[in-house]
Amino acid sequence: MNVMDSAPAKSSLMSPESDIQRTQFPYVTGTSVIGIKYKDGILLAADMGGSYGSTIRYKSVDRLKPVGKHSLLGASGEISDFQEIMKYLDELILYDNMWDDGNSLGPKEVHNYLTRVMYNRRNKFNPLWNSLVLGGVKNGQKYLGTVSMIGVHYEDNHVATGFGNHLARPILRDEWHENLSYEEGVKLLEKCMRVLLYRDRSAVNKLQIAKITEEGVTISQPYSLKTFWNFSAFQNPTVGAEGSW
Amino acid sequence: MTKQQANWSPYDNNGGTCVAVAGADYCVIAADTRMSTGYNILTRDYSKIIKLADKCVMASSGFQADVRALQKVLASRHLIYQHQHNKQMSCPAMGQLLSNTLYYKRFFPYYSFNVLGGLDNEGKGCVFTYDAVGSYERVGYSSQGSGSTLIMPFLDNQLKSPSPLLLPAVVCSIYYLFKFSHMDAVTPLSESEAIDLVKTCFASATERDIYTGDKLEIVVLNADGIRREEMDLRKD
Repeated sequence: MNVMDSAPAKSSLMSPESDIQRTQFPYVTGTSVIGIKYKDGILLAADMGGSYGSTIRYKSVDRLKPVGKHSLLGASGEISDFQEIMKYLDELILYDNMWDDGNSLGPKEVHNYLTRVMYNRRNKFNPLWNSLVLGGVKNGQKYLGTVSMIGVHYEDNHVATGFGNHLARPILRDEWHENLSYEEGVKLLEKCMRVLLYRDRSAVNKLQIAKITEEGVTISQPYSLKTFWNFSAFQNPTVGAEGSW
Repeated sequence: MTKQQANWSPYDNNGGTCVAVAGADYCVIAADTRMSTGYNILTRDYSKIIKLADKCVMASSGFQADVRALQKVLASRHLIYQHQHNKQMSCPAMGQLLSNTLYYKRFFPYYSFNVLGGLDNEGKGCVFTYDAVGSYERVGYSSQGSGSTLIMPFLDNQLKSPSPLLLPAVVCSIYYLFKFSHMDAVTPLSESEAIDLVKTCFASATERDIYTGDKLEIVVLNADGIRREEMDLRKD
């Protein structure tokens, strides 16, 4: 299990210093994060699984974290890289606080910072292996954006990473609207998370939903969704499949 | 653990199409607002057009992160220019700057496909078209990005004179012939004709190119200033 096999990189253009260790693939990963705007702010949802390849190795990884007073960050991808990013952000917020000038970084600034960090690392061929979702509220302005590991970023009314792009966003495009109440927002996110739970093998049934409004951040206690597996096709999936056991 | 992911790439193609048309006293710059990756649509409302100076607008498609970085470099270079010269950069100057900026990264290129539109120092429309590593040309009209293969031949058919030695195929008014010596640098269309042509181009490209759609953003530059229009495109 060598991170860097001794075989030289195929293209010297693509890896200018091929003997240096860099992240070529992730070890422990979190799956989709989804985020939506709602009437009073932003809601984020993520499960708590940490996968080691196809093994679900950790079952209570916090993937939703507050950043300063006005922002909320959700991460999928390499967990260690996410924890490193949180170190950068906490330091950033601390240094900003030390000016003691009454100014504070809002979600727009934090998102822009993350965008530059991710892009800068990809320029060094040493990416932070994450897709990030950043939500926040400041001065009555809601903000919801995302950044990928190579620095691609955008804002939208609803965003999702990984499998969420395939499975959750079509639902969100159908059902999202500007005036979702908190309850409706949670219901919509749970609907998306349930679909992901059924169809994404690395999803686990232990999730958190985080809320950010002008009043501040609230991250829910971990909880489970009600599921139904008793469809006859689920009971004996190989019935009628000849040659299978 | 065996490797599960495909080999990491620093690039992505986020699609998108850009068109610019220069006229005698105007310039039309347009791009769709879809941002994609693979078969996914990431967002339906991402503007690919940026105003670089008072009379200079750039539309870019390709890899969004590189495009954004390029826009930031140009914006900061323009800010320095303003402090040093106490004026806005002209469109031809910005054209050269863009070329240099792209070529500066010749061996780790910005994966971005740009058209620059604006008004030159005589108030005449100008369009500059680029490849990813900075070679560029002043033209009368151009298209770049994922739908360019569909749009460019159509624009050639509608706007290009069959040979530089002949008169333009479409002549609205003989007035233009006298006023401008190099006819290929501008199109003979009126402003509203050019806008309609651009709209038609995008409506057609959207039918066949999956990376083009959602919304069309049109920026028009003329003596009166700068104006913005929108048109809906197919969302499928």
